[in-house]
This record gives sequence, C-alpha cells and structure tokens, in this order.
Amino acid sequence: MSDILLSLNGLTKAYPGVVANSDVSFEIHEGEIHALLGENGAGKSTLVKTIYGLVKPDKGEMTLRGQPYQPGEPRQARASGIAMVFQHFSLFDALNVAENIALGMENPPPMGELEDRIREVSEEYGLPLDPRRIVGDLSAGERQRVEIIRCLLQNPSLLIMDEPTSVLTPQEVNILFETLRKLSSEGTAILYISHKLEEIRALCQAATVLRLGKVVSKCDPRTTSAREMAEIMVGASLHVPTRAATPKGDVVLELKGLSAPAPHRFGTALQNIHISVKAGEVLGIGGVAGNGQDELLAALSGEMKSAHGMVRLGGEDISLMGPNERRSVGVCAAPEERNGHAAAPDMSLTENALLTGAVRKGLVSRGLLDWPATRTFAEEIIKAFDVRTPGPGNAARSLSGGNLQKFVIGREIMQKPKVLVINQPTWGVDASAAASIRQAILDLAAEGAAVVCISQDLDELREISDRFAALNDGRLTAPRDMQGLTIDEIGLMLGGAHDMEVAHVDA
Amino acid sequence: MDFGSINPVLLVASLMVAATPIILAAAGELIVERAGVLNLGVEGMMITGAIVGFIVTAHTGSSWAGFGAAALGGALLSLLFALLTQFLLSNQVATGLALTLFGLGLSALLGQGYNGIKAPEFAKIDIPVLTDLPVVGPILFGHDPMVYIGIALIAAIWAFLKYSRAGLVLRAVGENHDAAHALGYHVMRIRTLAIMFGGACAGLGGAYISLVRVPQWTDGMTAGAGWIALAIVVFASWQPWRLLIGAYLFGGVTVLQLNLQAAGFAIPVEYLSMSPYIATILVLVLMNAGRAPGSLGRVFHASR
Repeated sequence: MSDILLSLNGLTKAYPGVVANSDVSFEIHEGEIHALLGENGAGKSTLVKTIYGLVKPDKGEMTLRGQPYQPGEPRQARASGIAMVFQHFSLFDALNVAENIALGMENPPPMGELEDRIREVSEEYGLPLDPRRIVGDLSAGERQRVEIIRCLLQNPSLLIMDEPTSVLTPQEVNILFETLRKLSSEGTAILYISHKLEEIRALCQAATVLRLGKVVSKCDPRTTSAREMAEIMVGASLHVPTRAATPKGDVVLELKGLSAPAPHRFGTALQNIHISVKAGEVLGIGGVAGNGQDELLAALSGEMKSAHGMVRLGGEDISLMGPNERRSVGVCAAPEERNGHAAAPDMSLTENALLTGAVRKGLVSRGLLDWPATRTFAEEIIKAFDVRTPGPGNAARSLSGGNLQKFVIGREIMQKPKVLVINQPTWGVDASAAASIRQAILDLAAEGAAVVCISQDLDELREISDRFAALNDGRLTAPRDMQGLTIDEIGLMLGGAHDMEVAHVDA
Repeated sequence: MDFGSINPVLLVASLMVAATPIILAAAGELIVERAGVLNLGVEGMMITGAIVGFIVTAHTGSSWAGFGAAALGGALLSLLFALLTQFLLSNQVATGLALTLFGLGLSALLGQGYNGIKAPEFAKIDIPVLTDLPVVGPILFGHDPMVYIGIALIAAIWAFLKYSRAGLVLRAVGENHDAAHALGYHVMRIRTLAIMFGGACAGLGGAYISLVRVPQWTDGMTAGAGWIALAIVVFASWQPWRLLIGAYLFGGVTVLQLNLQAAGFAIPVEYLSMSPYIATILVLVLMNAGRAPGSLGRVFHASR
C-alpha cells in the first residue's frame, strides 16, 4: 500500500451523558477509498467532524503526512487539503451555484473566472452544472454535484463523503462512483461513510467499523460479505423481515388522475397520478427526493385537498376530506419528517399519541380529553414497538431518531387503518430498528390493510413491496410487479439520470 | 380648496428631507435582516440616537459631532440586543419590543431639561450656480449633507450585497445559519456586527429628526418612524433600491397630505394623516413581495 496520509491515534470525545468516540485509531492511505461503517449513534459523524475541525477531541491526536494536525476550524482543515461533502447539504437555497461554491472556498477567484472553472471541472468529472442557476431549483443529485465541485476546486488530498448516495438514483450512483474512482486514481483519498454495504463492497478498498464509539473491526470490504459487515456493525445477527403470502382483496384506495399545483415555491406539482391499491397489498413508490413525495403524502393524508373525485376509498370519494375525517374513515399517514411533522417535538409521547389517535381511538368525548386512555394507548405503542424511552411522559424530542420513528409508525399501525400511507419509514434508522418497522408494515398488510410506502431506499422497497411505481417530477409511472424487476429497470423507471454522463477517464 | 398653493418643486425637495430618517434607519435594518436577525427595536434606537445627538450638539454646537454621537449611541443600545439574542439566545421579537420600550424611556430620561431648546442650524450644501437653477436646483443640489449620505448609503449597501465577498457571507448567514456555520463562518460575530451597524444607522436617522427636521427635542418625537422603517424593509423585499422608492413614496405622501391639510382640502384630517401609511403599504405590496432571508428571526445555536 502507498504512504499513510492521515492517521488517527486514540481520539476520544465525550458529550454529557454519552461517549461519542472512545480511543478511535486508524489510518487512511494516499489515494485510498476508505469506508467508515456503523449504526446511527456509533460516532461516525463526530469522528468526521473532528477531522474537519468542527469538533475538538478531548484526547488523542491526528497526523497528516507525518505532521501533527489539529484543525481549530474548518478553514484550517480546508487549507490542509481536507474537504467534506455533507450528509444534509450545507447549501444556500436562495443563492446561485457559483455563490455557493465561492462560500466554500478560502480565496475564491472573481465570479466570472470562478464560473469558468466550475464549467471546466464539472465537464472533466462528468458532473454537468450551470453556475448561474439558483440552488433551490436544483434536484438532490445536482445539489450534491455542487458540493462535490466545491470540494474539487480546492484540489483536496482527502475528500470526506457522508452518506452521499442516499438521495441518488442507481444511475447517478454509478456516475458518482466513476467520479470517485477517477479521483482516487489521481491520488485523492476518500473517506466514505455509508450504511449501504453493497456499495461499499463495490467501491472501497478498506473499511473501519465503529460501534458505540469504538473501533470494533477493520476489514477488507472486497473480501467480506455484506451480511458479515452488517453483523459486525450491529453486534448481533440480523433479522430479515418475512412476508406471509396473503391473497389480495378488493381495491381499497384509488387515485384517479390526481393533479395538484405545487404547494410552495420549491415544491413539486402532482400530475395525473393513477393508483389502485388492494387490501393486503404494499405498493412501493420510489423516486429521488423532491419529485413529489411530500406532496403525494399530503394529498393522501388530507393535508392537501384535491379536486372532486380524485381520491377514493372503497369507491367513496374522500378528496375533500381533511386529515381527521380521513382518519375516521380509515386512512392513516406517517410523513417523512419526524420532528415537527409526524410528531410535535416538545410535546410528550402521550400528547403525540393523542394528536393522531384521538379520532380512531375515541380519546375525546364531548370536547374533553380522556388522558388515562391516551396514556394507555401511548404505553401500548411503546410496548408493542419496543420504543426505548423511560415512559410516555417524555418529550418526543428526547427520543433518538429510530425510536421516535418506531413510535410514530406504531401509532398509526395500532389504529388498525384500512389504508396506511408512509413516507420514508426507515430514514436514518439503524438496521435492526428498520427491520422491525418493515416487519410491522408487512404484518399490517397481512391483516388486510392497503399500504402505500413512499421511500428513497430501493432495497427497502424491494423487500416489502408487492408492486413498484416511480415518482419523477410529480408524475407516477405505471406500477409493475416487484418480483422479477431488476435494479436497472427500476433505475430506468426513476429516470433521473438523463442529463448525466460518466466521467471522461482520459481527461 | 386651492391646489395652486402647492408648489411641486418644493414638494419634491421636502419629501426628500421627510424620507431621510426612514431611509437611514431602514438601510441599517435591511443589513440586520439580511444577516437573519429581526430587530424590532428600531424605534428605540432611533429615539436614543435623537436625544444623544441633540445633547452632544447642544453642548458642542456641532451637528456633525451630534450625528457621530447618535450613531455611537444607537450602536451601543443595539449591542445590548446583540448580547441578549446572540449570546443568551433570547427571543428576537420579545427582545426587540423591549428594546423599543427601553429606548423610549431612556431617551425621555436623558432628555429632561432639553425640551424646547432649538438645535443649531445644520448648513445646507450651497453650490453657487447649480443650487440656483430652476426646478433642478432645489431638488438635486439644495439639501443638507445627510440627505446625500442616505442615498449614498443605499447605493453602498446595494453594491456591498451584490459584489463583495463580505456581502455574500452576510447573505449566506442570513439564508442558512447552520450551513454557514458548517462552512466555518462565525455566525454570531457577523450578526453582532450587522446588528451594531443597524443600531448606528437607526441612531443617525433619529438624530436627523431632532437636529434637522424639527429641529428640537420633544419626548417620543420619532412618532413611529422606526416602525415605518421596519415595514418598508419587509415590503421592499429586502432590496435596497426598492427601499429607497418606498421611503420616498412615504415621505411624498406625508408632505403632500400636510400641504393638502394646509390648503383646506375638504376631507377629514384623520384620513389625510393615515394616507401615507396606506399608500406605502399598497404600492409595496403590489410590487410583488419577495422571499425573506431563510434564517430570519431564528435563534442560532451551534450545537455540537
């Protein structure tokens, strides 16, 4: 192997009540693609923030090319040749591409010159981008290109990528991987954080696995199976959701030419969507973020009313009903954003249980709240879905993402809906919690509910869906049976890669 | 009623004077809001500037010293706001309202004994030939320096936001403070500086009222100009040149209705008095409201 670029020795960082990193040591070589693996809360983010100068370690040291390296702030890290592409993009919606890139550089050239260099680099690496466009209007894949080009313009020796593929179509992922391999061959090291193990096996040359802040394993992902790596991450063997073969019933939910204007400036208009979902069936809806997922969920849950006749439940028109009326006839929904949409962060779990459960669970009588029954309902959810919390009186905000997600999904499932609509049921949830959420969805379908699952995680949709359709710019493809659908066909249905090309390897 | 008694040239010249305090205060608030901070204390900082400027001028006899002190006073008061909202993470709306009440009280206290004194005259610019030109002369060349400073300030802010690196960073902080922090910009430092600039500008605006427009000290003499400045920033979609138009429009209707009152126009005075507010709001709303800075009014806390 080539020379060591960055070496970490005994890094430790504790926050009140939790040790995020404990004695973490490993090396990254020049030009190496190094994977950093771990469940949520394993300390990956804290570690890369330490390398990027956003977090100061309590103990331990780093050396960069043999020299001591202690970045006090990201500026210094960038000056030392370390660049980072963030998981939640650190972009400014109202500014244009060139302005966004200028903000991430130490000494940006004048705007005209910068625009030329952006065009140059984006061409060279097969990431086409117009420097004058407003970032708020870009797709998720394009926004990521902005971040990557921002990094590349500084000729980094180490590029940190935090979950870069979670928002991309399979084709976009391939293009990204070509770009990363080209960078690696030119000598840029890449620290790649992901929990998608197949991707890591395809891309990375070394892997370090974190669990509860400690390095538990270093392996070669090219020779280790995905299942082995998953079990090292979790520290236990994994449960794979099982699906009972239930006969499908009558059509329960029907959308007939659903169209709706974009609800806000950066939203997507829904255009002529047709769906029919049978009892006992799971319809998976894939698509890259920002193609109408939120709007479709809102149209189904009743947050966004649609024109007469567009949404039908068992033949009955429910288009003009609001969320509570829809709940009372059996349509429940769990939106993507846990804090602030699915749950009110500063209210207790009991109060949150009341918010959507009031109608179907009869928790309100004559305008007065039945707190004992609500508390019981919240306790049932906590018990049935293994929500880790001291009790239902705790604020929703105090739960970790995965636990809160189990609670909000459980809350809808426990209401025994006829139709359940969920968006991103396992976003940011670790593998074991994700498996139990998926199992609960399958169980609900087996009991005869119609489920619409909107997700950007294609592996998840392949695991639980009976049929699959893709959202693209507010339009939905015709659903196809999931069984026998290849990943390439799915990619074509998602159809988001038309304006991309593979990096010119000779450039 | 006699429209003939209203001289259009004098009307334009005096609307520029009437609009200047609002331009100064609103220009400062525009920078503050583009940095993502909502400071509702403009009225309090203006009136503080008005009395501080008046006191210093009364003792030194120099209007320029008064303006300097007013800017300093406004900035100091705004520093209190910055301390509370940026470092103690208090709610910006409540803190801003408190700042206004505090400023009104403080100015009344400081102003005891200064009621009824007349400020020394602030010399107008007099360019021999140009000022004597008909029509153009009084409108373009016959004002005091602060009128031109106000316009220059708008131009400077426009260029700062559009062309300078610091302006880009300021807009970035106002747009998405979390992303700006992740990129390594000092959100609190930038916002504190913006708040102080806003305070200094509001102080200048207040001093213009007590030193030039009136020119004497009366309790509560800003009479809502700070609130108009705040409203104009929003209705101007956070754009400097629109802000200038809005302020001139407001100043114009204010002067016009005073003239109409003087001319004995046959509708109740109350309607005339409310007309500047209604006209300004109507026109600026019709000019298509823009998007607010993404982080406006949100508390920033660099967690972890």
